[in-house]
Amino acid sequence: MNQLKKNLGYLWMLMAPVLIVFMCWQAFEKTMATDPAIRFNTALQWGIILLVFIPVCAGFFIFGKYAVEGAYEHLPESSAEIPESEL
Amino acid sequence: MKKTSDTTREGDSLPASNEAKSSIGLIIGASSVGTLIEWYDFYIFGMLATIISVQFFPENSGTSALLSTLAIFAAGFIVRPFGALVFGRLGDVIGRKYTFLLTLVLMGGSTFLIGLVPGFASIGWAAPILVLLLRLVQGLALGGEYGGAATYVAEHAPPHRRGFWTSWIQTTATLGLFLALGVIILIRQSQGVEKFSSEWGGWRYPFWISLVLVIVSIAIRLKMQESPLFAQLKKEGKTSTNPLKESFGHKANFKMVLLALFGAVMGQGVIWYTGQFYAQSFLENVCKLDFLQSRNIILIAILMATPGFVLFGWLSDLFGRKWIMMFGMLAGILAYMPIYKSFLQYTDPKERVALIQKDGWSETVPEAFYDSKHPDRLLVKTSYDTLYTDGAVYRYLVTDTLTIPANSMTSATASLLLKYPHSGKEEILQVHNSNPNTASPIVVEVRDVSSKPGTVIERKVGNAVYWKMILLVFVQIVFVTMVYGPIAAFLVELFPTRIRYTSMSLPYHIGNGVFGGLVPFLATLIVEFTKTAENPGGNPLAGLWYPIGVATVCFVIGSIYLTNKIDKEVMD
Repeated sequence: MNQLKKNLGYLWMLMAPVLIVFMCWQAFEKTMATDPAIRFNTALQWGIILLVFIPVCAGFFIFGKYAVEGAYEHLPESSAEIPESEL
Repeated sequence: MKKTSDTTREGDSLPASNEAKSSIGLIIGASSVGTLIEWYDFYIFGMLATIISVQFFPENSGTSALLSTLAIFAAGFIVRPFGALVFGRLGDVIGRKYTFLLTLVLMGGSTFLIGLVPGFASIGWAAPILVLLLRLVQGLALGGEYGGAATYVAEHAPPHRRGFWTSWIQTTATLGLFLALGVIILIRQSQGVEKFSSEWGGWRYPFWISLVLVIVSIAIRLKMQESPLFAQLKKEGKTSTNPLKESFGHKANFKMVLLALFGAVMGQGVIWYTGQFYAQSFLENVCKLDFLQSRNIILIAILMATPGFVLFGWLSDLFGRKWIMMFGMLAGILAYMPIYKSFLQYTDPKERVALIQKDGWSETVPEAFYDSKHPDRLLVKTSYDTLYTDGAVYRYLVTDTLTIPANSMTSATASLLLKYPHSGKEEILQVHNSNPNTASPIVVEVRDVSSKPGTVIERKVGNAVYWKMILLVFVQIVFVTMVYGPIAAFLVELFPTRIRYTSMSLPYHIGNGVFGGLVPFLATLIVEFTKTAENPGGNPLAGLWYPIGVATVCFVIGSIYLTNKIDKEVMD
């Protein structure tokens, strides 16, 4: 199970930038409308989507990195397991 | 308080005394009522979105329409994580009790003030700006409220009852939605649509009612005492001085924040908002269900399913939190497509041709529109109701473009004689024209409205379909209760006391506010992408791929990375 957790970590690390690129590409494609009013509306909508989801994707990348590093092999069951320097 | 704390620690082996039980009732009651009111405040805004956008934004402007949409559907949700950070930090530094008292005051105050903001017609752009600011305060307050209430109750609970006790807090989000729907329907029905929707009409009452509810809740909460665990930490001088840094600056805690978000809360968020919000939006906008029927379906389903929160909270004490939440997610992933397909099928006119009553249609008076840019054309709009043998009534709109003799519409008010060839019915219409001249009545032959189906603009379903729809929404809310009932206890057990408020609030509000809150908006956007010239309606089910996709990733992560073990000791 621990090996699976690590291997999937690579998938999460890969998914994060792929999702960012996908969203940026969609935003670019959809904001290329010819009608200026539609373009403005769409640009603002997509601006908000990107603003909200890019940091989330960055978090997803870090999650994947932690998984690869084995941080989730054992979850702490009490604060005593967390090193003093971490608190 | 000490006594409660002792009872708590010995809760595994000793039954709670009557005194402790009554204090527990007060703790749960006071926390839940306040949280319920906060949800009520948050939801009435969304439910009155159509009226609010008309009242606070100028008409016929693309920019304002956009601003209103963003303000109404997104702003409040997007700022919730920021509220979690601000008030979570306060809760871990000054205490749970005073922090969620503050969030309650902010929420109640901002809601009441929204009800007092004059419309765009009176104060222009100041109206939407004020409303947006107040909406942001609402989002911030809610971001701070939930974590406080859940933490407060969990820190009073004995280990073997933590899921059960906190599940009462979990019912508040759904009951808040129920209360908001009920109040709005009640006022709208008693006032009538026109009066309800006017500038100072009944739509403002739900906002004003909030003030009374909040005052009552504050009075109850003032009697509460600080959480025993937090009080103990404070006494020992062990409270955190910088909970934000401890929660997110150190890997050991931050990895748990990320795990909570991606392994539990983001999936829970999309299941919650699909089952209760997208379902309503789908019934109303895609299935074109009658206003009252669509809301009653949600109300009845909520009422029937709400005990599920407590049931699954209780079961999570027996079997662990993880698998109950994961089964809820999996059920949503597998069932959403069939459920929403059924909604479409139940209301599809093509599936119901055999049920049309003999001569079961009643026509309304047509309306004619003259377009001065096209002097040889006239638009005639006729709506008619089709009656079905199962009691359903569908309202159709037929739009005809009629050719009229060129330049015949030159009078200020022309008479138009419409002749229906099949029924032999004749209709005289007055068509207004800005170019005053005299002209004799124009005779136009219209085909019989019943010969063309037109577009369905409103549906009232029959009794059997109505209850089938309630059942399908009920099933979705049962999924909600599975993922949401145990999650407060799950989050509380994931983080240490000194940074619990901050650490659990952020993933909760990103998962619910961002992933969940944007479900109706993103799902609608995805449906828009599927619209083409060949298929102008698009694929109405395409929007479901967003919640299904998010829930699937969350299910995989949660199943593999989370543990099902119940943390008996949340004192650390």
